Formats: sequence, C-alpha cells, structure tokens
Amino acid sequence: MTDQVAERPAWLKALSRKNLASTLLAGYVPMILALLVIALPLLWMVVASFKPISEIVTLDPGFLPKSPTLDNYAAVADRVPLARVFLNSVIVTFVGAAIKVFLAITTAYALVFIEIPFRNGIFLGILVALMVPPEAAMLPNFLSISSIGGRDTLWGIILPGLGTAFGTFMLRQQFKTLPAELMEAAELDGAGHWRRLWQIVAPVSTPTIATVALVVIVNEWNNFLWPLVIIDSPEKMTLPVGLNLLRSIETQTGSYGILMAGAVVVIAPVLIVFAALQRYIVAGLTQGAVK
Amino acid sequence: MAVTTPAPAAATAQRARRINKSRNYFLFILFAGPNIALILSFIYYPLFANAYFSTLDWRLGARTAHFIGLDNYTEFFTSRSGLEVWRVTIIFTLATVTGSMVLGLLMALVLNRALPGRTAARTALFSPYVLSGVGVGLVWSFIFDPRIGILSHFLAMFGATSPEWFLDRNLALVMVIAVYIWKNLGYCAVIYLAGLQSIPQDLLEAAAIDGAGPIRRFFNVTLPLLSPTVFFLSIAMVLSSMQAFDILRIMTPTGNGTNSIVFEIYLQSFGTYQRAGYAAAISVVLFATLFAITAIQIRFVERKVHYS
Repeated sequence: MTDQVAERPAWLKALSRKNLASTLLAGYVPMILALLVIALPLLWMVVASFKPISEIVTLDPGFLPKSPTLDNYAAVADRVPLARVFLNSVIVTFVGAAIKVFLAITTAYALVFIEIPFRNGIFLGILVALMVPPEAAMLPNFLSISSIGGRDTLWGIILPGLGTAFGTFMLRQQFKTLPAELMEAAELDGAGHWRRLWQIVAPVSTPTIATVALVVIVNEWNNFLWPLVIIDSPEKMTLPVGLNLLRSIETQTGSYGILMAGAVVVIAPVLIVFAALQRYIVAGLTQGAVK
Repeated sequence: MAVTTPAPAAATAQRARRINKSRNYFLFILFAGPNIALILSFIYYPLFANAYFSTLDWRLGARTAHFIGLDNYTEFFTSRSGLEVWRVTIIFTLATVTGSMVLGLLMALVLNRALPGRTAARTALFSPYVLSGVGVGLVWSFIFDPRIGILSHFLAMFGATSPEWFLDRNLALVMVIAVYIWKNLGYCAVIYLAGLQSIPQDLLEAAAIDGAGPIRRFFNVTLPLLSPTVFFLSIAMVLSSMQAFDILRIMTPTGNGTNSIVFEIYLQSFGTYQRAGYAAAISVVLFATLFAITAIQIRFVERKVHYS
C-alpha cells in the first residue's frame, strides 16, 4: 500500500522532461528489447504451429499464417497418441504432486511439533538429500523400479520422485514461525496431532503450501529425464517424452510446424498457470535466495 | 478424579511421560515415516549402489559383471572422451552462468528503476525459467535451423548465410549455451532485484552527494553490497547448469560437442553403449562435485560475503 504512494511521484519523476531521455535509454529501450527477445520465440512457436507446410518451408516467411490451419495439431495426434499422452502428463503431475505435498506437510509437521530425540539429525539427513542431484540417482532407481515391475508404467514414473526434501524443508521453515499459543490452545482443547495439523497448522500455512504445490506441479509437468528412461511405449509417455519421440520421427525440415504444435501443447498450460499465479511460483522458485 | 497424594501423582506423571514418549515415536513414524522411507530408498540407496556399480565393468541388463576397481574413474579422468566431457561441462557451465548472471544483472538494474510496467516486465522475463526444456528446445531448434529458421532469414537480410549450427561441434555448443541463457536470465534478474531492493537508499544518496557518478556508485556501492546475492546466484547457477539435460538432448539428440556431464551419464547408460558401470562412476563424480560446491557455499556464506 505504502509502496504505491511512494512510487507515484517516482513514476512522474521518471517521465519528467529532465529524466525522460535517461528513462527511455536506460529504462524502456533495454526493457522492451529484453521483452522482445523473451516473447518473440514463444510467439513464433504459436504462429508457426498454425502454418501450413508451404509457409514453414519458405524463403519469405510472414509473421502471421496466411491460411491458418490445425493440420499440425492433427499430425501430432496422428504420430503420438496425443490425448493419451496429455492425460498421462496430467495424471503423473497431479497424483505425484498431491502425494508429494501431503508427505511434505506431514513430515514437516512431525519435525516441528512431535518431540522425539534426534529429530534435528533426521532433518539434517533430509537437507543432505536436497543436495543429491536426481540424475545421479537415475541408474540405481531404474534398476529398483524395474525390479518391482514399474518399468513402462505411470506409477513407475511417479514413485521415485515422491520422497520430497524441498517441500519438507520449505514447510518446516513456515511451521516454525507459527506462534506457540496457537498450538497450546489446541492442545488444551484436547485436539490430537492429526486434528491440529489439518485444522490449524495447514490452514494458516495455505500460502506456503500453495507455493510448494505450484513449484512441484511445474517441475512434475516439465520432468523429462526420468520418464524418458523408465517409459518405452508411446501410450505410457508423458508430454515431454512424447515430444522427444515426435522429434525423432519428424526429422524433415518441413516438420517444424508439427513440432511447434507439440511445443505449444507442453508450454501453453504452464504459461497460463504461471500468468495467473506467478507471485507464488516466483516466490517458491527463488526461495533460499531472499532471506 | 483428582489425584491428591504427591507420590502417586509423580508416578502417574512419569508413566504418562513414558507413554507419551513412545506414543510420540509412533506418531513421528506415522507422520514422517513414509517420506523418510522414500528418501532412503530413492535418494540415499542410489548413492551407495552407484559407488558399488562404479567398480564394475558391466553392461546394463547383462547378468555378469567384472570387478575392475577404479578403472572407470581413471577412464573418466584420463581418456579422450572423458576429458571431452569435462571440457564441454566446464565451458558450458562457465558460459551459461556468466551470460545469465551478467545479462540478468543488467535487466535487474533496468527493472530497479521506478518505471510503470516494470512488474509485468519482471514476470514476463521470468517466464522462460518455468517452461519445459523439451518445448523450449523444439522452439529454438526451429529458430536456429540453417535453412528455414527465422535466424537464417534474419542473417540473409544482411547478406549473410546461416552457419551450420547443428553440424559444427563448436557452434552447437554456442547454440545450446545461448538457449540456456535465454531460459535462465529472468531468474537471475529477479534474484538480483531482491538484492538491489535491500540496498539502503541513503548510502547511494550519500555517494551521489560526494560526487560519485552512476558508474562509480554502481561499482563502489551497489556491487559490493550485492556480493551475497552474486555469490548465492553463482552457486545456484553452477549447480543447475551442471545438471543441464533437456535442451541438450532435444537440440542435439546424440550429443555433438554438447555432451555435458548429465547428458553423458544418460548416453552412456541408456544410449547405444549401455555402460552402466562407467555411467555409475560419472554419477558418483557428479554427486561429489555438486556436494563439494554446496559445501563451499554453506561454509563461506555466513563468513565472507556479509556486509553489515
């Protein structure tokens, strides 16, 4: 609120005759340039996905498609079982994220509110897990999951990622900030831990839980290496793996329209979610930098 | 109901505490157990398994394996292909981190000015960071295509022909570095912005009164005060760049001068060679390297870079 009051004169100052040149040269010109560099590739992807092949393979490309078509999307659906692959991505993302967030909440609760010896040691162990790059665990996990029959299955994609260090860490930090009186009141009411968690701790921590959930959802949706390793058949693929397959089938120059249609399908949902909820997502992804 | 005599009360309390204690263990396991079990099975166990696999000459899926000691490590640190992975990883990491951090800082300085529209610009700039690497890789493959890519048309306007981005090993590396910088610079800008906004305005004003111009103010006031942010970002960016895979795999499917360490692990274990033992050794080295970098961060973060 106070920000806006303080900012108004600054805006006017920035646009005053004295400062106008510097505002434009060191402000708007580089800002617009950067925005073009960021936005144009994505716009190009969208428009190209509606272009017929004759407008893709051309020496004189226009920006907007002259005769827009949905053929590229139909072609994607023809090469890979697109509806199935999309549904797989949705299932893996939401089932995986739901379980992960649930486990993060209960683990963080236990670490903060259930007193046992060594719980700080356990927390340290979880912190160390945060430093293990998932790629380094890929090969043994591939063997483990294969040995219990999870190869080429959706649960095989989901299972190894369920143990969550990131969410546990963030929620623990949040739970620790809760006032002790809140818990004492609940204890006097005779509420057990389970009720305390879901009726008090979780509701008052909704913003942090939303942040964790969104970061997890975006990561699951974009996840590529593990599903690529564990899935073989197209009907079990998630979108990134399906697009990798599409890329290996469509090797001719003319196929870029089809590939752009595929890229739109994987990118657009995240862009839409990001546009709507960017505050939470940015906060979650930059956590740790800003103390 | 009420207990009146002191002795039984103490005994009851003690018993209650004991029951409470074992109940707490039970509850802790109920609440945190599943997550801990998953972390142990899919994060900790693989570390030990890799350490064991790394001593084997073993093809993925083969029933037999030979113990070869540290030969896989020797190969990774001395063979031509192993050293090539180091070369690519180091160049890729340094270039991506430097590029994203320098451009990110410039954008942060621009966005730190009180300009209308900067919040929207900040959001837009950050957006590539959350997008699928596979999708982004496809988009840029089209842009870089030497024959029909928009970049080749752009170069043609100046009478230049597009170089063979995908065939030339060095250019392929330059290309994927550019795409990763595009994806990361908004993240850097947002982190810098938070740092910039924590710099006390009166310090900058005092420097201005002392006659320091904008450039001197930047190098003598802003940058030193920003050093914790710079330090954090360089560590975070090195960690994430060393784990790059998606765009490398999509833009150069079997690697062409772009075999950074994670890509090499993938190609060695699941590519044509299926050299599981060798890939496990590289995985161990990857983990050790990232762990060491994080340890440096934890060790120095409180000591060296705090001004206040």
